[in-house]
Amino acid sequence: MDKLIVSSSPHFHGKKTTQNIMLDVILALSPAMVASIVIFGFQAAVVIITCVASCVLSEYLCRRVMKRPQTVGDLSCVVTGILLALNLPVTISPFIALFGSVVAIVVVKQMFGGIGQNFVNPALTARIVLMNSFPARMTHWTGAFDYAARADSVTTATPLGILAEGGTEALPSYWDLLLGRTGGCLGETCAIAILLGGLYLIVRRVISPVIPVTYLATAAVLSFLLGRDPLFDLLAGGLMLGAFFMATDYTTSPLYFWGRVVFAVGCGVLTIVIREFGSLPEGVSYSIVLMNIMTPLIERYLKPRAFGRVKEKKQKQKEPQR
Amino acid sequence: MEFPKHPFRTHGGAPVPHHKNTAQSPSVVMPPPERIVLPMQQHIGAPCVPTVKKGDHVYVGQVVGDSDAYVSAPIHASISGTVTELTQVMLTGGQMTQAVVIESDGKMEKDPGIYPPAAINSKEELAKAARSAGLVGLGGAGFPAHVKLNVPEGKNIDTLIVNVAECEPYVTSDHREALENGKNVLDGIYKIKEILGVHRVLVAVEDNKPDVIAKLREIADNPEMDPKDEVRVLPLKSRYPQGAEKVLVQACTGRRVPPGQLPADVGCLVMNIASISFLASYMRTGMPLTLKRVTIDGSAIKEPKNVIVPIGTKIADVIEFCGGYQSEPQKMLMGGPMMGIAITTDQLPILKQNNAILAFDEKEAALLEPTACIRCGKCVAACPMNLMPTKLEKAVEKKDTEALKALDVTTCMECGCCAFSCPAGRRLVQAIRLGKSYLKKAGAKKA
Repeated sequence: MDKLIVSSSPHFHGKKTTQNIMLDVILALSPAMVASIVIFGFQAAVVIITCVASCVLSEYLCRRVMKRPQTVGDLSCVVTGILLALNLPVTISPFIALFGSVVAIVVVKQMFGGIGQNFVNPALTARIVLMNSFPARMTHWTGAFDYAARADSVTTATPLGILAEGGTEALPSYWDLLLGRTGGCLGETCAIAILLGGLYLIVRRVISPVIPVTYLATAAVLSFLLGRDPLFDLLAGGLMLGAFFMATDYTTSPLYFWGRVVFAVGCGVLTIVIREFGSLPEGVSYSIVLMNIMTPLIERYLKPRAFGRVKEKKQKQKEPQR
Repeated sequence: MEFPKHPFRTHGGAPVPHHKNTAQSPSVVMPPPERIVLPMQQHIGAPCVPTVKKGDHVYVGQVVGDSDAYVSAPIHASISGTVTELTQVMLTGGQMTQAVVIESDGKMEKDPGIYPPAAINSKEELAKAARSAGLVGLGGAGFPAHVKLNVPEGKNIDTLIVNVAECEPYVTSDHREALENGKNVLDGIYKIKEILGVHRVLVAVEDNKPDVIAKLREIADNPEMDPKDEVRVLPLKSRYPQGAEKVLVQACTGRRVPPGQLPADVGCLVMNIASISFLASYMRTGMPLTLKRVTIDGSAIKEPKNVIVPIGTKIADVIEFCGGYQSEPQKMLMGGPMMGIAITTDQLPILKQNNAILAFDEKEAALLEPTACIRCGKCVAACPMNLMPTKLEKAVEKKDTEALKALDVTTCMECGCCAFSCPAGRRLVQAIRLGKSYLKKAGAKKA
């Protein structure tokens, strides 16, 4: 009786913790992981395991060296590892995957202070670094179900690559895109697996639907206005993966509704603009990372008003009339 | 005036578990204790000064402390006996205050000077009656009722909202008040609304209390009780914090009380059901506030129940009356788990505004270890006042009073939804309280 705990209210806490949020994200990513292994074979599993293991190890060592509390337990490094793997082609060398993981965790995440402090998405930034460091290896695509594919095997093009080159090759059907029977990164080809995971996150209230819905809608509308095929744009490339799993990254997206809307509209516009006018066939990574950088600006200029506060402008206009 | 059929939408809130374990057990009257301690501060405002000396004999209902200050409320003896001591006690906030200790003579003699007040016809008389009754907001805040009832000229009140939301987990004292004293409540509502000239009364009940809604509707639909048909029960969504004043005003009328203003500024008067019921009995009997219904619950309590206790009874005595502890309590609260205050000992007295005493065992007392903010925005989504708790916390860390002001820190009512929702277990409410004190200090320096 003489040692009662005294603490500030509230004395109750909800069930959500950082760790079980990250577990939910991992669960939501599992359909995409399974799909990638089915589509690209055992080598896909090797890439995923390499990325996850090296991300976890990088995080562990970083915290050790910096003499900070260990944060491997919050599982956010596992999520980063999986997302990075899903953004790589299956033929990638494990050493390049390892390099990407180190960039994501050490440079992008831990050097800025660890979880919650990075200003850009670690997995996407690592992908961009790899794209610029190893452009050929990063665009060495193999076809679906070509299990024997190696770095020296025949390449196929991604659906967006075919579209960008305007070549003679036939574009894959919507069904192929939904089921993932195309070339591309591990996680981007099977739209159904990503949608399943995304819906799970929304149902579990891990993410709010604002960003994915706005992102996809903006991309579809702009695609239509530019005379492209909106459905093809939505299903092909990394748009689904980006909209549900990358743009919704807590740390690098705005905190509240209208900020999120502006952020997602920006992502959607940039994605389609890069796809239509850029030299790259795909623009999801760049558009999300660019909007990540814009996030502090969005939060500075678009603040939610406290309950009952009226617009200041209106008050000023009223005053002279009195 | 229009009566809304459904509540208006409110922002934020949190899916807090209800734990209304004691809702169906009738209140039990506790036998008067041998000794009571009456702190001179049981309300928001100026503390009272004892009006009795050591050795004085006091009756039940006799004034033992009063103050000349406007924002204050007199304190009355809840048992008859002898004043044995004028002492200092520590309140839950850590501040010391004077207290009157009364030893019972076992007779519970009523003060012979107590008689029903003369008919009340004006607002001023109502406020005066509320003051001499020692009434403070019984919902938990303890704001002197006469200040609230004395609506300044020029502020036109068109709606009286009776707060039966009781959104805090565990607490069921208002629930029992409605079921056991429903007619008394409507009697009080009618008296107050006639005096204030209000023609719309909304009795707001969270829809997790269907029995209360049915009972109050039955009484309010009775033309004898509600001849003008101006009292309606409005079921609210059961989402914490529906009972918070500003949220309640919005849910009932759709009006938003601006920062720094009161419900009266948007034409509403909010009163707790227990306060209204008490006013009705006071007008009948003249007996001031000496008894309080308190929910005793929590995992460490053997027999959770609602107890009607003389104000000033030691918490330990009340818990003893409830069968004592069934396990070693690790944390004890005055009030509910979302906004209640953790107390250091069960030797404190029950105060006027207490509506619950909760005692938790190890498992329920455990808190999440705080980790880094992941900017998930769940605190922003949960805030009923549309604030950004995570940004407030960062401004507090930097002691940046300008940023705190820009982020409207004073609008925070400390409902706890942000900290409840935070996956990183950040102590957001604690930080915000600190931020408010920084702002106060900075303001004092400038002045």
